[in-house]
Order: sequence, then structure tokens, then C-alpha cells
Amino acid sequence: MSDKIIQITEMNKWFGDFQVLKNINLEVEKNKKIVVCGPSGSGKSTLIRCINRLEEHQQGSIIVDGNELTEDTKDIEKIRAEVGMVFQQFNLFPHLSILDNCTLAPIWVKKMPKKDAEELALQHLEKVQIADQASKYPGQLSGGQQQRCAIARALCMEPKIMLFDEPTSALDPEMIKEVLDAMVNLAKAGMTMIVVTHEMGFAKEVADEVIFMDEGMIVERAETKEFFANPKSDRTKLFLSQIL
Amino acid sequence: MNKLNFLQPDKNNLSTYLYTGVFFVALSIFIVFVNSFFNKDLISFLPGIISFFLPLILGFIGLHLIRIDYSGMKFLDKVNKNINTNNFNAFLSLLIIFVIIKSLPPLLSWFIIDANISGDSKDVCTGSGACWTYIKIWFNRFMYGMYPNAEQWRINLSFIALAFLGTIGFFATEKFKKYLTLYYVVVYPVIAFFFIFFFISGGPIFFDFSYGIIAAVISIIIGFFIPPKFKMYYFIIVPITLYILLKYVFFYEELIELGKLEALEWVETGAWGGLSLTFIVSFFCLIFCFPIGLFLSLGRRSDFPIIKYFSIGMIEFWRGVPLITVLFMSSVMFPMFLPEDMFIDKLVRVIIAISLFEAAYVAEVIRGGLQALPRGQYDAAKSLGMGYWKMHILVILPQALKLVIPGIANTFLALVKDTPLIFVVGLLEIVGMLNLAKTNPEWLGFAMEGYVFASVLFFIICYAMSKYSYNLEQKYKTER
Repeated sequence: MSDKIIQITEMNKWFGDFQVLKNINLEVEKNKKIVVCGPSGSGKSTLIRCINRLEEHQQGSIIVDGNELTEDTKDIEKIRAEVGMVFQQFNLFPHLSILDNCTLAPIWVKKMPKKDAEELALQHLEKVQIADQASKYPGQLSGGQQQRCAIARALCMEPKIMLFDEPTSALDPEMIKEVLDAMVNLAKAGMTMIVVTHEMGFAKEVADEVIFMDEGMIVERAETKEFFANPKSDRTKLFLSQIL
Repeated sequence: MNKLNFLQPDKNNLSTYLYTGVFFVALSIFIVFVNSFFNKDLISFLPGIISFFLPLILGFIGLHLIRIDYSGMKFLDKVNKNINTNNFNAFLSLLIIFVIIKSLPPLLSWFIIDANISGDSKDVCTGSGACWTYIKIWFNRFMYGMYPNAEQWRINLSFIALAFLGTIGFFATEKFKKYLTLYYVVVYPVIAFFFIFFFISGGPIFFDFSYGIIAAVISIIIGFFIPPKFKMYYFIIVPITLYILLKYVFFYEELIELGKLEALEWVETGAWGGLSLTFIVSFFCLIFCFPIGLFLSLGRRSDFPIIKYFSIGMIEFWRGVPLITVLFMSSVMFPMFLPEDMFIDKLVRVIIAISLFEAAYVAEVIRGGLQALPRGQYDAAKSLGMGYWKMHILVILPQALKLVIPGIANTFLALVKDTPLIFVVGLLEIVGMLNLAKTNPEWLGFAMEGYVFASVLFFIICYAMSKYSYNLEQKYKTER
């Protein structure tokens, strides 16, 4: 129990009549890097959005860091503050500069003094190599830089878990690399990560385990080497043959 | 020398085309000018219909001849690009120029040349132009309404002081910049309120406002010690209870005494009027309708059914009734529902009515902005651990309000121009005073001057506001 930071049991979710997630069971241990892959519409994004309750599940239980997510979870904000998330469309706040984007939540949610927050933000921006852009606005940066800023913004809350929702899908090939590099560095630093991505190279390099999802179900879960070397289900084999 | 083709002017014979063209255009404008300013028809020898259209035809040919692309002359290119891009536009440009030239002399003569401004009675206005004497004599009334002449310095002083306090933002040093919002949103309106309450009125009006403000301040202070769980109920219940307690149980008499400044004569709101009343009504309505509209727009998107349907009901009700009926109800119907001894000043009722009315429009404008924001902004704010209020105050509203600056400016301009409607309850701001003045037996027949005067004033006010809103837009533009 102690090192299982996320526990999902028997989780079901519907959008109206349509069941998006079917009977999901998933346990993630601390400091593990998990890559979730699968075809579009298979429920990958919905799954990780459920983990910080951007989506509500209807059945089953999700326990994040010892707190169960239910309708009357009072301190959902506290749990969210410990789970960082990076989105496909970056979702930076366009009315704030890069630095303010990073310091906003630490100052107002964690009540950090402004000076400390700025120092922290600059550290994280330095890590993703855009500290020199700190005073610019998101609209003035390239997609790759924006996504790296989004990673820094999430890191500034010093989360225990990082969720990545297709972080490179909206980028062009040259920028994908700079974002992946930032993520690889983060993985090496020992962060617990759940990454939804189609970048199989990234999966091979950093992931401890790979989860393959299709039609709302977890079809296969395996160690990375195992997953790529001899996938068990036919659906996985088909997917891998198309993507590799 | 290249062959001249007058149907297809080109760059090779630039000067020939240019001189001919300019000559034709100048000739046509000259004909219209002489006709309009000196009343002489230079081409009367031609048959009627041709002499009527000749300037247009001449100008048209002229503009055709100078329409040369990339001529290399900066001025010519600019002219071509702006008023002479094709035959139809050239025609329209000429028409507009002629209309301006034609309409200048009568306007000039009415406004300036034949107008009178000297003297102090109607008898000096013998010319055919405007009688500015009328405005001059009535100026005090147009500015201050029926406010006693001897006391008008109070209005002037208040407005000057408030205008001065309003400009503080420009001089604030970096150190105080962060308090500016607080100053403009809370402190400044309160100062303005006290100026008008104590200084312009000088008497025990606006009492319910003062109860309200005291109740609000006390409840906010206590609010800091209430656990967040109960805060919503607290802020709904406590201020109202406090208000009622203050009004009926505690120091009712004391407050009335407090409200009186012995040194100043009390001027009842019925005597206020003119442009100063326009300012007072607009100012308070602008201040009140914005936060009310903001909360209504958020309420309409709320998950709590009570709040949601209350907001929808408010918005649809106030949008569904004409302002004139609202004002009428506020002055005639509303007092009937109040207890005998309860009295709310007419001006206060009007301000509340207009504020609620415009708040409904503001609410819908802001809702438009809220809907324009991508869902990702909400997701991002939530994923960083922000609750409802932090998310809205820090992330959503700054962006949504920036988007709707033009819409809000629109509503505010409409509000300022709606203020003349308060004549239905007997309050006479500037247009009301005009209507009063034009029926004065001594000054019959000068309605035109009055309305022109009022239009100019309203235009100045509204144009200043729209300019300001445009500046705000530019100031907060961060994308690209």
C-alpha cells in the first residue's frame, strides 16, 4: 500500500450512454514511469483526466496518494495540487508572462512568498531551458517552448505525480525532440509519471511499463522490453505493426 | 513620346495625365465651391440637367486620368489607394466631397456667422443663425438643474476633487501600483459616495446606502473568521440581517443626526439636475451595474440550481422590460410595497433601477466572454489546484473581461445615453432641463440650440469613453 501512489479498482465511466472506460484496474507505484498508448478514442486521455478528477468516474474507486476521489471529496484542490498535468494544447494562461504563469499557482494556492516562487520558477524554467524567455508572453513563443513552459509550470507546484496528456501531439517534428528531452530529464530525476503518447521511442527509452488501451479497456500491461519484444494480444501486435 | 491613350492612363505619360486629371478635378471642385459659398452658378448657360451633373462628370474624368498604379509619387499613390481605387469608389468619393462642400456654408452660417452670443435676452437673437445667448443664459441651469445658485460651488468642488482623485493612478509609483485596483474598486467609489452624500446633498438622504455600506463592511470583516464551508450561506444571510438590524433596531436616530452637516444647507435630490446629475447617475450606475452583472453572469453558469435559476430569472426579467417602465415602477409602484414610515430617496431608487437593468446586459456580455474561453483554461487552472474563486479571479475573468471590453463599453455608452429617461420620475438631467427651458414662455423657439448643445456634450462624453475603452483594449493586448 505504502508505495502504491495510484490505485484504480473496477472503475467505469460513461459519457451519456456511451461507456468510455470499462472495468479499469491500475496500480502505479512510486517513481514508476508508465506510458499509455493506444488508438484514438480508446479512453487514454479520459483515464488520466480521471486521476486528477477533471473527469468524474461513475463506478469503482480511484485512490491517489491515500485519498479516495469521490463526489464529496472536500479537498480535491489539495489532491490536484499534488498531481501535475501537462496538456496537448499547452493551456498556458495567455494573459500572463511565462514567469507569472509559473508563479501564479505557487503564490496563490501554496501561499509561497513571491520572491521564493520566482526563484523556484526560474530554477524549473532553467531545467527546461527557457529561463531566458521568462518575461515573454506565451503567444510570443514557439509550440515547443510553450509546452516546456507548461511542464515547468506544473513542476513549480512540486507535484508527486506528473500526468502527460499527449504532450507532443500538437507539435511539429523538430519541436517534439526538445519537449521529449525535457521529459526524459524529468524521468531521470525520479518523478512518478504517467504519459499518454504515441512516441514509442520515448516509451522505449524511459518507461518502466507500457499500457495498451483499446475501446475503453486495458488490453495489455507489460514491462517495456517485454511489450515491444513479444506482445501477447493480437490487437497489440496489430497496433505495434502499424506504429513502428 | 509614347502614344496617349486616355482610356488607359499609364506611367509613361505621367505628367500629361496628371496635369489634365488634376485640372478636371480642380475645375469640378471649383464649380461646386463657387456655387456653394458665393451662390453663383458658373455653368448656368448649359441646359439644366447637364449643368447639374457637369461637376460630377468632370471630376469623374479627372479621377479616371490620375488613376495610375505605382506612379512613383507617394502622394498620388496614397490618394489612389484611399479614395480612387475604381470607378465606383471614385464616384462615391466625389459625391461625398461635394456633399461636404455643399453643406459647409449653411452649417457655418448657422453655427458661427449668423449666430448671436452677446446680450442677455431673447431680443438680441435677430439673425437667422443660432442663438447661443440662450445657452449662455441657461448655462447654470443646464449644468446644475434647480440646485441653488449660491451652493453650486459644492458640486464644482466635489467634481474637481473626484476628478483629481481619479487621476492618482497616473502618478502612483511602482511601490503603490498593486493597491491601485483596490483603490479604484473600493476606496474611490466610497469616497465619491461620501462626497455626494455629505457634500452635495448636505442632508439625510442616501440613508439606506449608508446602512448597506456599514452592513457590508462589518460582514466582510467578520467573514474572515468564518470557515470556508459556511461562507456562501454566511454572505447571503448576514449582510441582509445586519442591514435590517441597523435600520430598525439600532441607532436609527443617531445615524440621521450623523448624516447632517449643520454648516451646509440641505438640498433635496429633486432639485439636483443638469449635467451634474447626468454624471452622478451615470457614475453610480456604472459602478454598481458592473459587479452585479459579473455575479449574475457567473451565477448563470453555476452548478447550484438555486443560484443558477435566480440569475437566469433576474437577467431575463430585467432584459425583458423597457427601462422606462422600470423607472416608472421604481418611483410609483415600489413605494406602495414599503411600510408607511419607510422612505427611500427617489434618486436612490432610480440608481438601483438603472443599475439592475444594465447589470442584466452586462451579465450577458460577460457570459459571452466566459464562453469564448477554451475549456483547456479551466482544466489547466483546476489541475494546478485552484478552487472556483481562485480559478475565476486569477485565470478566467482576466481573460474573459479583456475579450468583452468592447461589449461592455457598448453597454456603458448605452447606459449614459439612457439617463435622460429619468425624466419620467421627475428628475431633470441635462435633456430634461432642455425640455423644461424650451417651454419657458420667455424663451420659446430655441429648442434646436439646446438639442445641439446637448448632443455635443453627450458626444464628448461618449467619445471619451469609447476612446478610453479602446486604450484599455490595447493596453491588455498580450497575444502576439
